[in-house]
Amino acid sequence: MSLLEIRNLKVKVDNHEILKGIDLEINPGEVHSIMGPNGSGKSTLAQVLARRESYDVTSGEILYNGKDLLAMKPEDAACEGIFMAFQYPVEIPGISNAYFLRSALNAIRKYRGEDELDAMDFLPMFREKLKLLDMDEKLMNRSVNEGFSGGEKKRNEILQMAVLEPKLAILDETDSGLDIDALRIVANGVNAMRSPDRAIIVVTHYQRLLNYIVPDFVHVLVNGRIVRSGGPELALELEEKGYVEIDSETRQVTPA
Amino acid sequence: MSTNINTIRDLAEREYQWGFVTDIEEERVPKGLNEDVIRLISAKKNEPGFMLEWRLKAYRHWASLEKAQAEPKWANIKYAPINYQNISYYSAPKRKPSLKSLEELDPELLRTYEKLGIPLEEQKLFAGVAVDAVFDSVSVATTFKEKLAEIGVIFCSFSEAVQKHPELVQKYLGTVVPYTDNFFASLNASVFTDGSFVYVPKGVRCPLELSTYFRINAAETGQFERTLIVADEGSYVSYLEGCTAPIRDENQLHAAVVELIALDNAQIKYSTVQNWYPGDKEGKGGIFNFVTKRGKCQGVNSKISWTQVETGSAITWKYPSCILQGDNSVGEFYSVALTNNYQQADTGTKMIHIGKNTRSTTVSKGISAGHGQNTYRGLVKIMKGATGARNYTQCDSLLIGDKCGAHTFPYIEVRNSTARMEHEASTSKIGEDQLFYLRQRGLKAEDAVSMIVNGFCKRVFRELPMEFAVEAQKLLSVSLEGSVG
Repeated sequence: MSLLEIRNLKVKVDNHEILKGIDLEINPGEVHSIMGPNGSGKSTLAQVLARRESYDVTSGEILYNGKDLLAMKPEDAACEGIFMAFQYPVEIPGISNAYFLRSALNAIRKYRGEDELDAMDFLPMFREKLKLLDMDEKLMNRSVNEGFSGGEKKRNEILQMAVLEPKLAILDETDSGLDIDALRIVANGVNAMRSPDRAIIVVTHYQRLLNYIVPDFVHVLVNGRIVRSGGPELALELEEKGYVEIDSETRQVTPA
Repeated sequence: MSTNINTIRDLAEREYQWGFVTDIEEERVPKGLNEDVIRLISAKKNEPGFMLEWRLKAYRHWASLEKAQAEPKWANIKYAPINYQNISYYSAPKRKPSLKSLEELDPELLRTYEKLGIPLEEQKLFAGVAVDAVFDSVSVATTFKEKLAEIGVIFCSFSEAVQKHPELVQKYLGTVVPYTDNFFASLNASVFTDGSFVYVPKGVRCPLELSTYFRINAAETGQFERTLIVADEGSYVSYLEGCTAPIRDENQLHAAVVELIALDNAQIKYSTVQNWYPGDKEGKGGIFNFVTKRGKCQGVNSKISWTQVETGSAITWKYPSCILQGDNSVGEFYSVALTNNYQQADTGTKMIHIGKNTRSTTVSKGISAGHGQNTYRGLVKIMKGATGARNYTQCDSLLIGDKCGAHTFPYIEVRNSTARMEHEASTSKIGEDQLFYLRQRGLKAEDAVSMIVNGFCKRVFRELPMEFAVEAQKLLSVSLEGSVG
């Protein structure tokens, strides 16, 4: 059974149709990249998968692990193993990173009927993950994302992913605003998380990130539709030709 | 978004869990206020002449204020006029409150405090906390009294202090909040029936947290308690008060006075977790909490620190203040005030700098939800002689939903050019972005709201004694339920 199955998904935001019929199937162990120009609907797709409620799904369905994802609240989707690394992580003043992350992990464990971890159980595992992302433990006593640089925020997202160990991770433009060193650290963190029972969706503008996180499949999203799907070589072709050319080529082959 | 609102709204249905009434025989004076009632209260309490005289002076002053319609109207609160003749000014559980031991206490009262989570049996108490329990108008039990007496600390009900330590009461009563101070303080001075009294002798660091638990039980009564804390030279005391009341449709008046006096090098830390019945979702019923609290840093290097977590009451009108008279004295005010449903709060502090190099810090966190109206009102006054005075004020408001209001009225009066003043203020709204972020990590909507609010209040919670900080966080979460909509 596939992990995620999206069928004919149509989504409106403020009465404006953003996604115009998406079909996508993702199996455990696969890494899919969704590429597309600004405004193509990439982030909308990511947010709908994470169950953000301000989007109006007008038709279609999403099966996650065989369950109706569209019927889930964001916290239930999270507890079922869906994780999104945010493009713009928010700040939560007064709540430390470590406390926040342990609360989140315990909420998920509780949902699954597992014992909650106290600070002593949590710490050794947490320290290991910090090393993976090359992050300073001191940062973890600071408030969530408060005063973090852009790069630190993105690394913090991947750290959270490493701790929460999702079944389906969605990286929403995690590469934006990262310098080359930070990009490498983030990519290493993500690659370390690749496993036969985890799927990852990498949403990005640029091919650059895909040099480090090599996807199994690439999908090109233009104007609310997936116009082409292929292997990692499609990303390189895109880089060369640009979205406009790929889109018009596609139209010639299969008129919309 | 809509699920967000619904989950939280569902939880709003959860009721005020301290709203029960204890069925106990009470003794009360007839409704109404006149000199006879005051003489009766004083006689019931077997008070010495100076007390009766003071009460009568206070009453006459209050009566003149009432005649002149001088009830304060400047606060940002709205309520129907109070009929002061329709309140009973004295209500006490019938059994004689002067107890030799807790075994003599009415078992119904013991059960009440047990239900409130305040067991009065000493072995069941938090280690390190002594409790004075005030039920309606009188103190019903004080724990750990003997243990404290060994080191000279007096911790007892106000009535007992009047009997056993009249010289201390006479010396300090009304020296910080005179009976002429304001309308409600005058009313309190005329009719107050009990409260707590603390005296910490020279050089003693009080080893226990002292705590008073106030409970209004009887209907159509007011609660007027008075607390007096004196920290003699070089001493230290930490004091905490908590309060609850039953659910009733009519408003009940609570007009308390608290006076703190810190002599040379003494330190008083006063914490409040106020959870009077706030009224129902439509704003019916609830306590009018009109309270005057003031501390005087009389001696050099003395320090008074107020920490309050205000989640209850239909209306809160309260400005715990510091008079910084001694050179190098320090005043602090840390406040969390939450208004949900139709609650109104007008609260803040006054820092009066008189001595040289006096310092004050004000940190106020106001949270408004539902139709709540939350006002911060603060005064920092630097007198002519207060050379080198410093004040730091931080005043933050958090809005939940779009029907509530946050207001800020900071007043600053500086008469000495060496003063250094800092004022920071912010207003923010719990955003959908923040909520979604936390929920995407697996936290339930209501836990997410509560986490954001607790983070917002952290600076203040840090000032509370450990056990109470945990309580305050829980209380805040419960009071917030149903707040997004």
